[in-house]
Amino acid sequence: MTLNSSRGNGAPSGKSRMQSIPPWTAILGGGALAIYGLSRKSLSGTALAAVGAFGAISGARRQSMSPTAIHVQKTFTVDRPATELYDFWRNFENLPRFMKHLKSVAVKDGRNSHWVAQGPMGVPVEWDAELLDERPGEYLVWRSLPGSAISNRGSVEFRPATNGSGTEVTVALTYHNPAGKVGAAFAKMLGREPEVQVREDLRRFKSLMEAGEIPTIIGQPSGRRSSLVRVVHSMKEPEATQRTRKGPQQVQPANLKPQFTGTESGGAR
Amino acid sequence: MKALCWFGKHDVRVETVPDPVLLNPHDCIVKITRTAICGSDLHLFDGYIPTMEQGDILGHEFMGEIVEVGPEVKKRRIGDRVVVPFTIACGNCFYCKQQLWSLCDNSNPSAHVAGALYGYSGSGLFGYSHMYGGYAGGQAQYARVPFADVGPLKIESDLKDEQVLFLSDIFPTGYMAAENCDIKDGSVVAVWGCGPVGQFAIRSAKMLGAGKVIGIDRIPERLRLAQDGGAEVIDYSQTPDLIEAIKELTGGRGPDACIDAVGMEAHGHGVDWYSDRAKQMIGVGFDRPFALRQCIQSCRKGGVVSVPGVYGGFLDNFPFGAAFGKGLTFKMGQTHMHKYMPKLLDHIQKGDIDPSVIITHRLQLEDAPDGYSTFLKKEEKCIKVVLDPWGNA
Repeated sequence: MTLNSSRGNGAPSGKSRMQSIPPWTAILGGGALAIYGLSRKSLSGTALAAVGAFGAISGARRQSMSPTAIHVQKTFTVDRPATELYDFWRNFENLPRFMKHLKSVAVKDGRNSHWVAQGPMGVPVEWDAELLDERPGEYLVWRSLPGSAISNRGSVEFRPATNGSGTEVTVALTYHNPAGKVGAAFAKMLGREPEVQVREDLRRFKSLMEAGEIPTIIGQPSGRRSSLVRVVHSMKEPEATQRTRKGPQQVQPANLKPQFTGTESGGAR
Repeated sequence: MKALCWFGKHDVRVETVPDPVLLNPHDCIVKITRTAICGSDLHLFDGYIPTMEQGDILGHEFMGEIVEVGPEVKKRRIGDRVVVPFTIACGNCFYCKQQLWSLCDNSNPSAHVAGALYGYSGSGLFGYSHMYGGYAGGQAQYARVPFADVGPLKIESDLKDEQVLFLSDIFPTGYMAAENCDIKDGSVVAVWGCGPVGQFAIRSAKMLGAGKVIGIDRIPERLRLAQDGGAEVIDYSQTPDLIEAIKELTGGRGPDACIDAVGMEAHGHGVDWYSDRAKQMIGVGFDRPFALRQCIQSCRKGGVVSVPGVYGGFLDNFPFGAAFGKGLTFKMGQTHMHKYMPKLLDHIQKGDIDPSVIITHRLQLEDAPDGYSTFLKKEEKCIKVVLDPWGNA
């Protein structure tokens, strides 16, 4: 089986392999502009918001009918050898490290695995999947087993980049007609931004493979606090600012859980 | 810790905020000993950079001592004295490997925002809006610095903080602007804007062999400092026809290269300046490319226009016909810091240049809001404000 035919099986009929500009990129781009524009509460911000909203609306219009199957395909170039990327992906248990909606994947044997995704309202959605086809260093194809709440199919292809540096990685995901309430809700959740989700997952994969980490600012300090918290905090100010970094105490950012807190010095602060 | 936070146009405040913590395995935490206000911070202060959020910590020119490192940090150690580049780069992607560090693929957590606006995202920057990653900046007592082995430059000599601090941005930025001019022995380079970046562009152009450097500004002390750096100067506010004056200074040919060290908030006079300003105020024109237009108009045929000044959005009345008709080359972008820092540290070490000559104001971090205001209005002959985060602690 070639990868193209396998992808063709899952894709809605009449769509070419490289789909036309996805409406979701316009919605995201417009939406981002609109959100930031509005948050600026100024004339120029309002103009920005208007431009953004226009883009978002025209993007939404193009996404006219509600799809019975969702097909998404995205490509990123990752500056690592294909075999390394393939090996990482082949262990499906690695996928939750960069696929945001996945909570866990447990590999049962060479071909079968159990997937748990973060469903709507935080309710986990689970299914079993099987590896359909693979060629080491080149591609992987998998699908959910018949009867799953979420009927889906995925593939990833690794090709040497034409400029001789790195590997072009193409991910294609298809979610078929959802079964039951859970499936419908999940499809609805995905349906909001499937393009964005796959693209950002792939971007995280690239960062993880190239840089060894995924960039984040979640958990960093800022002056964004409610006025009440600020008053409480200012009462503690002398202690907070005069302490040296030798002491064991640690002021954690309110409400934010750092993704990583290990230190070489073993908590020398 | 104390940190300078942005709350809106002309509203920055020193707040007490939580200390930064390590978030990723290649991070380090730097205890900041000196930090500075950059001309490009004034674009944030004036509210012209989109995607700022209330409470964001500003500052991207800082140095200090490493006080904590993540488990994957191999080269940098606790106690290292470092200057931190304002661009954040992973060191492993296609762009970093090509020395195009400010275009790093893997350092902007909100790459999708910049991608939506610009097509693709550049690297993350400290304290410079969420489009550039939203990283907390260095006008603070501590900062979290990603990719500790890649960015921070270790200072092993006894050079003073003030002598090496500007390796964090403006010296490499001025140097790259000059290098982009493709200077040959005797080249003529004109520099619009004699602020800090302009001053370093002037001195760098001289170091790279320019025969004549022309500095253009309207502030007397900046023009004097440009002269000290070896430039001939033009006060454009006293010059009825600037383009003609430059032509006369360049044997009727025009400069071989023109540097726009002004950027999106150019001051000027004449009809198109007022039109730009009005459009920027009502939000239909983003940037005021007054200096850039003059660069294009003045430049000799086949010359280079080099743009270290920051632009954020769209340009109106951009004389693209003149650029095309004269076959100009444009070079621009955020500085590829990591490429220049070691080389420029050598220049400082050898005494070729003392970057601290541009400092006019030394303030405590608590007084930073006044520093912004003084710098913006160019009061008290202000050219460069350096902040001490620990002065009163």
